[in-house]
Amino acid sequence: MRGWRSVLAPLGAIGIALVALGLLLLLLGADPLRALGALMGGAFGDRNALENTLLRMCPLLLVGLGVALAFRCGVWNIGGEGQLYLGALAASALATRVLPDAPALLLLPLVVLGGALAGALWGGIAAALRVGRGVSEVLSTILLNFVALLLVAYAVHGPLQEASGAYPQSDLFPLAAQLGLLPGTGRVHSGLVLALLLPAALWFGLFRTAAGLRLRAVGLAPEAARYAGIRPERELVRVLLISGGLAGLAGALEVSGVTGRLFENLSSGYGFTAIAVALLARLHPLGVLPAAAFFAALSTGSGAMQRVAAVPAVTVQLLEALVILISASFALPRRTD
Amino acid sequence: MDAGTLALLLSLLRLTTPLCIAAMGELVAERAGVLNIGIEGMMLVGALVAFAVGVSTGSGLLAVLGGISAGAALAALFAAFVLWRGADPIVCGAALNLFALGATGTFYRVLFPPELAHATAPQPGALVFVVLTGLLVLGVGLFLARTRLGLALRAVGERADAAHAQGVRVLRIRWAATLFGGACAGLAGATLVLWIADTFVEGMTSGRGFIALALVLFGGYRPLRIVAGALLFGAASALQFRLQARGLEIPYGLLLMTPYLLTLAVLALFASRVRPPADLARPFRPRV
Repeated sequence: MRGWRSVLAPLGAIGIALVALGLLLLLLGADPLRALGALMGGAFGDRNALENTLLRMCPLLLVGLGVALAFRCGVWNIGGEGQLYLGALAASALATRVLPDAPALLLLPLVVLGGALAGALWGGIAAALRVGRGVSEVLSTILLNFVALLLVAYAVHGPLQEASGAYPQSDLFPLAAQLGLLPGTGRVHSGLVLALLLPAALWFGLFRTAAGLRLRAVGLAPEAARYAGIRPERELVRVLLISGGLAGLAGALEVSGVTGRLFENLSSGYGFTAIAVALLARLHPLGVLPAAAFFAALSTGSGAMQRVAAVPAVTVQLLEALVILISASFALPRRTD
Repeated sequence: MDAGTLALLLSLLRLTTPLCIAAMGELVAERAGVLNIGIEGMMLVGALVAFAVGVSTGSGLLAVLGGISAGAALAALFAAFVLWRGADPIVCGAALNLFALGATGTFYRVLFPPELAHATAPQPGALVFVVLTGLLVLGVGLFLARTRLGLALRAVGERADAAHAQGVRVLRIRWAATLFGGACAGLAGATLVLWIADTFVEGMTSGRGFIALALVLFGGYRPLRIVAGALLFGAASALQFRLQARGLEIPYGLLLMTPYLLTLAVLALFASRVRPPADLARPFRPRV
């Protein structure tokens, strides 16, 4: 029964959300089936669409894993978007300003690592505020999202703006700082391989190691965990660093593998969609894989839906929100409080 | 009073009023034990509905009522998941903000195609909103401190099971408090389009809901202190624009971060000194 539930409940959540969205589209005077068809075509219709979906899956997978870990530990990291942007910002600063002349072999690893560290730092600020000053991470991560977005805007209008000064964007990354493409694909970068391996690694870490047990124990019952000799504060810091690091990594891969440069609105809300990904996955690292694929397809298809069926692409956010609400109230394992 | 001081005062009120309104609603909800981080989204929906009603009817009053009902409607959705289904309020609040972004984006584009982009909402005038806010603060303050129902509401937020044992309808009060909070957020959103700006812009609340949440904490869950905090906050922001106008050497892009950094700083300084309602964000399940 439990095994079935973990598959059926998310599918049910998607089903209910889709029906609700269909009704809304009817209300708006659009044809829901036509919109759905356009969406599917835009996500899987041809090779290009499929590669697009894979590209979008990468950040959703990484940030979604981070959110799932944090929520499991009872840490409400709503700051994935800001952490992702900070990772992209740090990677771009390294690739175009600080280290562009570093040895080619070292440049790419440094850029990607720098992005992950910057994301971890952004998560770490929220952790420090919580542990040191008693500030709820809910508010601090949300506020840090705004700060990160404005930092990126400032950077691409100021210190990181391209040499020609034509657009608010950074210079193109030097080739040595760009991720290679997967053989046989036109656009899919090799970072996807890393992203696809992480769910299994994190599953092992979460369910087969002592560190994972501590993290889950704090999420289930912080006070009981404290009596068992676990320090919830330490777990909170650790999980926010990991979660922020994963989002920062996603940001770094995005600039060095997809866009090749930094600009505003780089992310199209991956940090928020990742919350839907994590909840649809029932906070399970392996579940994040299909959940990220689903929302990536939705995100890719929404563009086609806007062109073909005249349904605004932002409508997809409604679907994401409904999936979160329904998953949170019907499909999530109940916390014993 | 010279023109410069008057302008400063007016910009102070513009920055403070929407925050005060939203914070009063959140205060009532939190004193009843409901943590609603979705007020940002409720403000946004309130702003769009107020704008749409204002443009189509030309009536400021109807626009305000539209904004209020929209905020309350979204709060009802929140309450259905959190109070009825017992879902986590933080997850649901975050989802509601996403929902509001999607809903306002969709409906704004459908209702206002490019040829209608220059529509403007009616402007009832600053005085209306300032007086309304004053009355709201006074009303909330008196209600919480001086009425029997206000006492029951505070009891529900502090010890829901004890209040339940006293015969207080815990869930009913939480529902009402949540709806009131949503209505206030909707009014705050309406204020944005009917006074602060005369049009709707996607994502125009730009974090005001979250700042209001922080103000509730900063004010120690007391109405007048929250207003004082909001004024302080508004004064800092107004002065910052003043300094900018005097040609201070801080890049404009960094200056835009001030409200968020200020809020973080305020939280860092005061969060640990404040004791939130004991049963805040805890689910309540009555024994049947």
